[in-house]
Amino acid sequence: MSLLEVEDLAIHFGGVKAVDGVSFAVAPGEVFSIIGPNGAGKSTIFNLISRIYAPTRGTIRFNGRDITGLQAHQVAPLGIARTFQNIELFDHSTVLDNLLMGRHVHRSTNFIQDMLFLPAVRRAERAHRHRVEEVMEFLELEAYREKMIAGLPYGVRKVVEIGRALAVGPELILLDEPASGLSVEESQDVAFWIEDMRRDMGLTVLMVEHDMRLVSQVSDRVLAVANGKPLAQGTPSQVQADPGVQAAYLGTEVAQ
Amino acid sequence: MDLIQLLVGGVATGCVYGLVALGFVLIYKATEGVNFAQGDMMMLGAFIALGLVNSDHLGLAFIPGVALAAVLMGGVGYGIDRFVVRQIFGQPQFALVILTIALGFVLRFIAGSIWGYSPLVLETPFAGRNLSMGGVNISLADIVTILVTALLTVALWGFFAYTRIGLAAQAASQNQMAAYIVGVPVRRINSIIWALSGMVATVAGVLYASKGAIDPNIGLLGIKAFAAAVIGGFGSLPGALLGGILIGVVEPLAARYLPGGFSQMSPYIIMLAVLVTRPNGLFAQMHAKKV
Amino acid sequence: MKVIFKTSYDRDIDLHKDGWARARIVALVAVMAALPFLVGEYYLAEATNTLIWALAGMGLMLLVGHSGQVSLGHAAFLAIGAYTDTALMNAGLPFVVTFPAAALAAGLFGALVAIPAVRMSGIYLAIATLALFVIVEEMIIIAEPITGGVGGIMAPAIQIAGIDFDRYGQLDRFYWLCLAVVVAVTWAYANLLRSPTGRSFLAVRDSEVSARALGINVTRTRALAFGLSCAMTGLAGALMGHYIAFFNYELFSIFISINLLLVVTIGGLGFIQGAFFGAILITAVPQAITILRGVARDSLGVDIGGMPGLDTMLFAMILIGFIIYEPTGLYGRWLKIKAWVELFPLARRDMFRRQKSYLKTERQK
Repeated sequence: MSLLEVEDLAIHFGGVKAVDGVSFAVAPGEVFSIIGPNGAGKSTIFNLISRIYAPTRGTIRFNGRDITGLQAHQVAPLGIARTFQNIELFDHSTVLDNLLMGRHVHRSTNFIQDMLFLPAVRRAERAHRHRVEEVMEFLELEAYREKMIAGLPYGVRKVVEIGRALAVGPELILLDEPASGLSVEESQDVAFWIEDMRRDMGLTVLMVEHDMRLVSQVSDRVLAVANGKPLAQGTPSQVQADPGVQAAYLGTEVAQ
Repeated sequence: MDLIQLLVGGVATGCVYGLVALGFVLIYKATEGVNFAQGDMMMLGAFIALGLVNSDHLGLAFIPGVALAAVLMGGVGYGIDRFVVRQIFGQPQFALVILTIALGFVLRFIAGSIWGYSPLVLETPFAGRNLSMGGVNISLADIVTILVTALLTVALWGFFAYTRIGLAAQAASQNQMAAYIVGVPVRRINSIIWALSGMVATVAGVLYASKGAIDPNIGLLGIKAFAAAVIGGFGSLPGALLGGILIGVVEPLAARYLPGGFSQMSPYIIMLAVLVTRPNGLFAQMHAKKV
Repeated sequence: MKVIFKTSYDRDIDLHKDGWARARIVALVAVMAALPFLVGEYYLAEATNTLIWALAGMGLMLLVGHSGQVSLGHAAFLAIGAYTDTALMNAGLPFVVTFPAAALAAGLFGALVAIPAVRMSGIYLAIATLALFVIVEEMIIIAEPITGGVGGIMAPAIQIAGIDFDRYGQLDRFYWLCLAVVVAVTWAYANLLRSPTGRSFLAVRDSEVSARALGINVTRTRALAFGLSCAMTGLAGALMGHYIAFFNYELFSIFISINLLLVVTIGGLGFIQGAFFGAILITAVPQAITILRGVARDSLGVDIGGMPGLDTMLFAMILIGFIIYEPTGLYGRWLKIKAWVELFPLARRDMFRRQKSYLKTERQK
């Protein structure tokens, strides 16, 4: 059975069909990538899955459950975490606190207990920190633990965002252009992490990415979209060889 | 019969609210900042006009006096943006809110130190004169207020639709960064918009003063004008005006037909109702942030 | 500069970074507790006033500094606290009941109002709270049987377990009562900030969209922040009512809301300490002006007493100065001075240079 099933998804902004009839299914433990030229609707698909936008048409199922009608904050507790294309971190908090915020879905205390800082709160805090330290070790973020986000270099922030998504403890992680703006070495790190997430953590990865090298290195399957419509689906080499995909890419490159 | 008088009076008062609200919206549209001192700018404009026009002060003729006051207030607006507001460019919106509230206090203190805190009356050529038509008495000041507001609205529309500066300001309000890149002098445009809203405030102040006495605390009327701007949707110039007129009309009606206290509350109750049902006002222009 | 080696998670979770920091807080509270023996009646009353302002300031700080919502009408919640407490006491209930009831009433009203209000962003919320303030003010005048209307109302003397805490008869006890409340609220506030609730406030403040993506219910979180903020402010209002003893709606004017904003902004947004710094400033400046007036009259022969609004004007100028030159407030300045001393002589100007942040637009076009 598929972990995530997207069926005939569409969203129209006024007359613009940003996403129009996209369907795909991601199997558990799979790395699935969505590629396409700028403005093809890749990030919009992510925003639909994480319920920032409501689709005009279509359904999204996670673990067999229809999540199309949920609110944005009800998605993470099911086990879906995401990163953002333009980094949406909490700028005035430390790296540690950002990752701890990722633990929100696992909170077990209410605000009255928190105010009195009852022993249960301290116990829960220790457990959260333990988990967060594991994530930091995995992503090699220890050096930045107590640094404010606002002062960190771009590359580190991208990694912190991945860390925050991992701290959620998800089944499915959505990575929105994890390698954009990174150096060759940094995007190689991202590739290794994605491998490890799948192998060691048993995560399923859904990724939007431009960097074809990264995509073909880590993806099991790829979906190509252009102008909101699906072009081709299959293994990375199949999709790259598809004449429609080549035309779409060449077309936009000439236009640029 | 006196219902008509009530309505005309309400529309005239509403025009003053609307003009102050227009000042907010001008600045908001251009800079995304809200000027909480707009009411106090109106107050200062009225006092400067009073200082120039009244016979026991400089005693200029009415029209040139008011024009000069508007020019001076334009300078004040320009100066506030150039020397104060620009300093905090890039700080969160909240900083500007507090900054302009503080500026309002400063303006109030300045006016109080020069003209004192007891109510003064601006000498206008149309003070206390009434027009009678078929048993209905309408004060000339109300008619003038409505006419001037209409004229000013048309003039502003023309400014934004046809002049170079107006067009540039429109471009800047759509997308500041893009306007900056294509060579629109965004900062200077912002200052000009502030100057413009200082001038509009002066006109509002003079119209307000034509209907009664003024003191340095009349700037608190700005709160009502806010309600007007919100009701109209913060980004819409005609909306602000209509919102103002709506409030101006409802207030005397509420005073007449509802128990005491409701008249004071009515603008805010309408505003809260609009905020709850249509959070972006009756003429929405806000859009969700892109991620 | 001291480097701390952390060997357990508790080191991070604890409120103070080491025993030294904890000792300093204990010493500070001890000095505050001993204040009635150290200063005269007049300054003790001023200190009490400062504590009440700090309490109200903390209320607004939670809202503005930690959950990123602006309120221009917080005086309304002070009023709700004061009137609830006084009216219930006049109905015969003891202070131990009416005081929490004041917090509850203000908190619930705040949360209730917040539910529609939290859908609004920045400027709209600010204006809505301003409108709310005007409405509450009018309501107070209308509800004369409970509030005394324009004439005002007398706050009865406080009695807890047979002990009097009368503001005039036993000022020292009233001061201790205020101090105890402030210490308790500060502790609870600090606890909140180191726990999931506080983190969810910060998350909502800094990025709503990613807060949602992490499973945080933004509406509920903001309403909770609003409610807690108003509850704290309600407590301050109740104490303020007893402190002034006889009050009407004018005690809670729009200027009080503005002064509260001043407390949090000048004090330092986003720091509990900022509320205290701000409260000290706002109670000290009128004192300073009074002294200055005396000096000006006696030695210079100038009477500046004839300039009403001078203190508001001075507050306004201070506020403008802080926003332009030190947006982090007094507490931020204090941190910089501390770092400079600790690093001496290695500190350099550039270390404290502000990060240039660019206009964050709310519009998408």
